[in-house]
Amino acid sequence: MPETIDILNALALFANFVAIPALAYGSQLALGALGVTLIFGILRFAYFAHGDLMAFGTMLAVLTTWGLQGAGIGIAPLPTALLALPVAILGAVALSLAADRAVFRFYRARRAKPVIFVMASVGVMFLFNGLVRLIIGPNDQRFADGARFVFTARDFKEWSGLAEGVALRQSQALTVVVAALVVAALFWFLQRTRTGKAMRAYSDNEDLALLSGVDPDRVVRVTWIIAAALATIAGVLYGLDKSFKPFTYFQLLLPIFAAAIVGGIGQPIGAIVGGYLVAFSEITLTYAYRKFFAYLVPAWEPDGLLQILSTDYKFAVSFIILVVVLLVRPTGIFKGRVL
Amino acid sequence: MKKTLLASAAVALALTGAAGAQEVKIGVILGFTGPIESLTPDMAASAELAMKEASDAGTLLGGKVLVPVRADSTCVDSAAAVAAAERLVTSEKVAAIYGPDCSGVTMAVTANVSVPNGVVTISPSATSPALSTIEDKGYFFRTAPSDARQGQVLADIVKERGIKSVAVTYTNNDYGKGLADAFVAAFTAAGGEVPIVSAHEDGKGDYSAEVGALAAAGADALAVFGYVDQGGKGVIQAALDTGAFDTFILGDGMIGDSLTQTFGSALDGSFGTAPGSAGDNFAKFDKMAKANGIMGDGPYRGESYDAAALIALAMQAAGSDDRAAIQSKIIEVANAPGEPIGPGELAKALDILAKGGDVDYVGATNVELIGPGEAAGSYRELEVKGGKFTTVRVR
Repeated sequence: MPETIDILNALALFANFVAIPALAYGSQLALGALGVTLIFGILRFAYFAHGDLMAFGTMLAVLTTWGLQGAGIGIAPLPTALLALPVAILGAVALSLAADRAVFRFYRARRAKPVIFVMASVGVMFLFNGLVRLIIGPNDQRFADGARFVFTARDFKEWSGLAEGVALRQSQALTVVVAALVVAALFWFLQRTRTGKAMRAYSDNEDLALLSGVDPDRVVRVTWIIAAALATIAGVLYGLDKSFKPFTYFQLLLPIFAAAIVGGIGQPIGAIVGGYLVAFSEITLTYAYRKFFAYLVPAWEPDGLLQILSTDYKFAVSFIILVVVLLVRPTGIFKGRVL
Repeated sequence: MKKTLLASAAVALALTGAAGAQEVKIGVILGFTGPIESLTPDMAASAELAMKEASDAGTLLGGKVLVPVRADSTCVDSAAAVAAAERLVTSEKVAAIYGPDCSGVTMAVTANVSVPNGVVTISPSATSPALSTIEDKGYFFRTAPSDARQGQVLADIVKERGIKSVAVTYTNNDYGKGLADAFVAAFTAAGGEVPIVSAHEDGKGDYSAEVGALAAAGADALAVFGYVDQGGKGVIQAALDTGAFDTFILGDGMIGDSLTQTFGSALDGSFGTAPGSAGDNFAKFDKMAKANGIMGDGPYRGESYDAAALIALAMQAAGSDDRAAIQSKIIEVANAPGEPIGPGELAKALDILAKGGDVDYVGATNVELIGPGEAAGSYRELEVKGGKFTTVRVR
């Protein structure tokens, strides 16, 4: 039997390399998937420009952050980007409403098929994509400031006396806290407010909602506002936690869609569960468990790394999840619509 | 009106014609954008410094001037690099090419542009062992030694420092794989242990999963053979954040001021190698570079200066700026016998060559070419101390 201290070491190792990163990444995916799922629920199409909308919002946050830093305004030890968030959200909302007015309203008026909306959203995606690259360029931008760690691996080792350290970055803690607050606010809005109820009614049965006097333009507008705000918050948190690079945001589209579909597209609760599920799958499947089991089973000295998939296949994991769910249970965990 | 136009056109033609007779264009193709974009401005400036020095002497082919023409190799996109090199060779009509920088694009440019067109191509920094054996028809040279040797030197250093097991990660391309293979072979032959070798892709947002796998192997240190402005930096960031590794072994692509600027003294105790020497000649070059506004301490500045100087000297020795003539003299001016030429002595060398004498170009980095495509050379052993790269010694 392993000693208690070894079990604690194994747990610390797992927390440091799997649980904490997956929790933060999952929160970011959940916020992104919430936006996708809301748009799907109410506007009834898969919005492919969501990843680049995230990039656009984050870009505004980065530029505003640089301005604030230049002016010497900050809220240390918290990152300045939090102050820049409202500006970025306003910009992303304006862009989304403009895209809706210029593109999607036209097709809505003609009651176009969903697939036409999807294709139009691919066009909008390329537009956002180019816009971001024109303004800030394709390169990595760093905008995180303030304290980097809540506690470092070294702090933890000294405090606990364990051989394995656990580090908690401020951006990770911030991500989880902000995501929890935003999700709580969103659910309160959808369940308790008049507009939220109107949105749910509209999503449930469009014609019935219209007969009951729900203003469709208002519902669509509010949906875009919420989706853009969620996208910007998700993007800024991801950028603070990792780094801001337009291309990686485009790539995020895949795990975000996987998350929304696994949970059941059109179901807000499903988006959250799906986000964590995809994040934990990606990280647990590509982690090498050699050291972990070396603590738990002292007599066993494995030759290999005990890694199920090489880290190169990280994105393949979300792909596999997507395909399996669509084949086996197309409605997802929480019985969303069939995509 | 028509007459004035015609007259001014004729004057302009005469002027450019006159200037053209005195100018010899030299291609400068480096990755000004891409994963080593923070290193290339200083490298190009160093090469252009040598061209300016040779031109200012006034004796190059009876008073000709070398004009650098820059092009972007991108370091990683072979198609873009080949297109850029094509432009240099066919529309700019350069006499020779300094560059490219990274191994993959260098292979592509050599095979598709330099060899078919018969243009001397001297890379300051392509270090893949594979470049020693490519079909170059004698047109490809390099002033940096092959990574087969860097891997050996690095393995020796790791061994001497008493590190017994090393996890290795490399950028997934010709350069990274070549260096990683050379290091792993040399280190295991010396009795070291390499429990994991894994590639990383450049340009990802997050490398914590890669670092998690590397850490699980339980090695003492992490060897990173990547690029300083790319995935290599991301891997180190993730390793420091999770406390997975404290000591990093850095290949030459990872040596750059942007690394120490980002991480500061968190990297103290990490070490690596970069081609170059710290002898009198290099110190002299360094002083000269700083006096000319090349302020960085990045690698390959000396190699760049030397590559451009070799082109100028070969031209003088051949007595012509013809492409094939330059090719025939490169090895002759680079190696013994002859008067040793250090950095800043190009005017002297041009004089000797004009009089029919012989030179042995030593330059900033003790240039010694072993046939086309291969250079002997020394490495600086660097260690991070107080958040800065310092040269421990030269091997």
